[in-house]
Amino acid sequence: MTLLFDAALVVVLLGLAAWVVLARNAFAAVAAFIAYGLLLTLAWLQLHGIDIALTEAAIGGGLTGALLIGAVIRLRTAPPAAPATSMTLALAAIAAATTTAVLAACVLALPDPAPTLAPLVADNIAVTGVENAITAVLLAFRSMDTLLEAIVLLFALVGAWSLGADSAWPGRPGFAQSAPPNGILAYLARILPPIGLVIGVYIFWTGADNPGGKFQGATILAAIWLLTMAAGLTDAPRVGSRWLRAALVAGPLGFIAVGVFGSYSAGAFLALPPEAAKPLILAIEIALMPTLTLILALLLPGPPQRTSS
Amino acid sequence: MNDTLLYGLTACALIGLGVFGLIANPAPLRKILAFNIAGSGVFLLAGAVARRGAAAGFGGDPVLQALLITGIVVAFSATALAVALVLRLNAVTGDVTLAEPPAEPTDDND
Amino acid sequence: MTTPSGWLLVAAVLLPFIGMMVGLVAGGRHAARVAALVIVAGLAIAFATARTVLDASQVYLLGGWAPPLGVALRADGLAAAMMVVVAAVIAGIGLYARRDFATPPGVTEARAPLAFWLLLLAVWGSLNLVFVSGDLFTLYVGLELLTFAGVPLVCLDGRGETLRAALRYLLFALLGSLLYLLGAVLIYGAYATLDIEMLAHLVQPGIVTWTVLALMTVGLLAKTALFPLHIWLPPAHAGAPAAASAVLSALVVKGSWFLVVRLWFDVMPAVVTFDAAQLLGGLGAAAIVFGSIVALRQKRLKLLVAYSTIAQIGYLFLMFPLAFDIATGAMLHGDALTGGLLQAASHATAKAGMFMAAGLIYAALGHDRIADLGGVARALPVTVLAFAVAGLALMGLVPSGAYLAKKLLLGAAASSEQWWWTAVLQGGAAFTAGYVVLVLTRALRSLPAPLQLATKVSRLSEFSALGLALLSLLLGVAAVVPAAGLPAGLISNPLAPKELLPTLLVVAGGFALAATLARRPLFGDGPWRRLMTAAGTGFENADALLRRWPTASLALIILAAAFGWLLHTGNPA
Repeated sequence: MTLLFDAALVVVLLGLAAWVVLARNAFAAVAAFIAYGLLLTLAWLQLHGIDIALTEAAIGGGLTGALLIGAVIRLRTAPPAAPATSMTLALAAIAAATTTAVLAACVLALPDPAPTLAPLVADNIAVTGVENAITAVLLAFRSMDTLLEAIVLLFALVGAWSLGADSAWPGRPGFAQSAPPNGILAYLARILPPIGLVIGVYIFWTGADNPGGKFQGATILAAIWLLTMAAGLTDAPRVGSRWLRAALVAGPLGFIAVGVFGSYSAGAFLALPPEAAKPLILAIEIALMPTLTLILALLLPGPPQRTSS
Repeated sequence: MNDTLLYGLTACALIGLGVFGLIANPAPLRKILAFNIAGSGVFLLAGAVARRGAAAGFGGDPVLQALLITGIVVAFSATALAVALVLRLNAVTGDVTLAEPPAEPTDDND
Repeated sequence: MTTPSGWLLVAAVLLPFIGMMVGLVAGGRHAARVAALVIVAGLAIAFATARTVLDASQVYLLGGWAPPLGVALRADGLAAAMMVVVAAVIAGIGLYARRDFATPPGVTEARAPLAFWLLLLAVWGSLNLVFVSGDLFTLYVGLELLTFAGVPLVCLDGRGETLRAALRYLLFALLGSLLYLLGAVLIYGAYATLDIEMLAHLVQPGIVTWTVLALMTVGLLAKTALFPLHIWLPPAHAGAPAAASAVLSALVVKGSWFLVVRLWFDVMPAVVTFDAAQLLGGLGAAAIVFGSIVALRQKRLKLLVAYSTIAQIGYLFLMFPLAFDIATGAMLHGDALTGGLLQAASHATAKAGMFMAAGLIYAALGHDRIADLGGVARALPVTVLAFAVAGLALMGLVPSGAYLAKKLLLGAAASSEQWWWTAVLQGGAAFTAGYVVLVLTRALRSLPAPLQLATKVSRLSEFSALGLALLSLLLGVAAVVPAAGLPAGLISNPLAPKELLPTLLVVAGGFALAATLARRPLFGDGPWRRLMTAAGTGFENADALLRRWPTASLALIILAAAFGWLLHTGNPA
């Protein structure tokens, strides 16, 4: 029964992906991509990755989808690119088919039983004080990756900002929004923030022991903020604002500070003394949360465009 | 065929679709979409590999699952930077194409 | 186990990142000051790391967790040497850019200067991470950091054509990262670890590892812009501001190149086959010929230097076939690897100096048309000297690093009986000489009246270009430092007949190439010139075709298939 469900899901996923790639109309392709992202979360649930399902739904589907919709609307007036020649299409099809075939052969050749680090995680998770194994990997065993990931986001934001016009520096990202004050958007933007705030903070808080965590929580908070921006209730901050910049680096710098504390109290950079492991993990997450929320949200409006609000 | 293998093979097909779109679709925004399809294929492959490694009471290898979350965030950053570039290119030139403008007429005495 | 000085590796990675974040908060003029402080401290860390690595390789277990659960940072001689080279080049670029990227008076903050100083530090930290990370996934994050830091440098001036160049670069690099990540996932599926040292003992030839090595290698080649995957390089490197070009050309491409070295020598030495190594070296040889000829056909100096980078990237891959040991069927750490490393070091310093000199010429003249460079040597003697010294260093004159590298690689070619690489190594220098000769003959021509310069160039910038070029020319002196561990007798008297004759041949070959291929004749016309010019036009057309997106992305997949096939057929498993 479940295999039947999987098979049906897979067929729909492949159909949507083909639509994304092949559709003539860019808007239709983006719409199919969002549907694809949402359905993909079901695949993650089937593969026992609830944390990934949450991340995929929040970031892979939601934020990426919003970003691409905004782009496709802005590009409506751009002249279409010259279509590919049939020669290119044929060769691309051969290349794609070969890629798939070779990869499938590799998947079939993977060793059985599969090698895994799961037992090693089980043996060591107690030291970290958290119960969610993924949080233990992200904030204890491989916390360097998580620190670097926050820096990746910061690089992307600095890179996007650097594309702005000189005349708009250090102004506000995106265009000024003015939705009708009594419209549905403004209504939603007044109703949803308190609810979103509660859900976002809950998902963040529960991440230590249950599925969820800072990225998923931060995405929800970012979405709420973007909604109020779209409704014209709030405005994006100026990129020159000191408090904004301080908040953008507070997460990674706080993370590094905890890491340095670890090198004195537990003998290694990013090490967590067992008696204080859980509070320190929470401290890192609390430091990262505002930074991630700000960066995830501000990556959507892009570079500064205007000097006034 | 079990479900893990099914998702693993689906992932290979998604990567193939993404590769096709990256090569064949001339519009940069569509290349970004294709990159995301191929990327999600790689992530799904990783998810299937992690599921194969289920042990010690975990439904999947938590190390690989955690790497996946990092990967998804990195892919989003890449998408955001690429979209910002496309939009800026459009704003500056009124055009979005990767092809370089035709070279100046070749004149050997220039 | 973490070694006593292992913390230096953490510092080398994090210090530039912290500097970048502090610079962002401080903003405006302070960003350049923060960068200056970080450069001083970073140089000290790089030299301290190299000092400790001379005694023993350094290791740091992050969080105290040992692989496979945790992530280790490791520095061997290879990593430490690259760290020192990068630190030196960053310092040179930092001095050079003080004038170009100063915040203009009257404003508290300007976009381009702020972005440049932040991205310079970002590139540095990312490169150090790529050099010392011992984990394939952390390396993936490092590669992405490097790409995100490098791409905005291309379009700092905000013009349409540089934005387009940056977009091409980003999209092609993303295709490369996708293949790399795919390889990392498959290898985790096969061995449940991503730690380089553990994998070195575990990896066995088979369909999974052939595919992994082919995918990862080709993905990294796309980011390195090895011919024929150089689609993005010429417009990106030629369009960026000079200081940014120097960062991109001298440093950023070395990150992905370094990772290819790690994969072939340290992660999967047992998977590599003779044929696959020959293909990698063959691409390098093709890059030298192709890049040099197209460089000679350019009208603009910065594009000439960009195409010369394509040729120089080719040199970095000649060591792969020469390091392959037929007896054991694996890649050996030996003279060939040392030679390749020296080539990377000499190219990084010389190419940075060359781009900086080209940028100064552009700024002073208000253009960089090669045909109209006459009189520039008199107007900007230090700058033209920097260009000449960088050119001589790239040609491999005694005692440059490239000379030493050539000696080591020639020795490896002789001992492994691969005579065809001897021909490539000797002939390649003549191609390099070709475009250096072309630029210098134009620049040294005198004009009846002195040139009117568009702007006065900064002395500091001129001397930092010259300093880096001289560093490259004198790198060969490393041979006499006993700690470098190089064979004795590599450096000989440059005026001895055994040395002088090849040098003269190289220069003569360069003159012949420049005279027959340059757009405007150097010494008159003739049938030879017409023949060669036609061939040159053919190369240009081939370049235009190869740099179209569909061709380049198909070439990527075809190369991956070729590598996979050669790894498979050479490995009867």
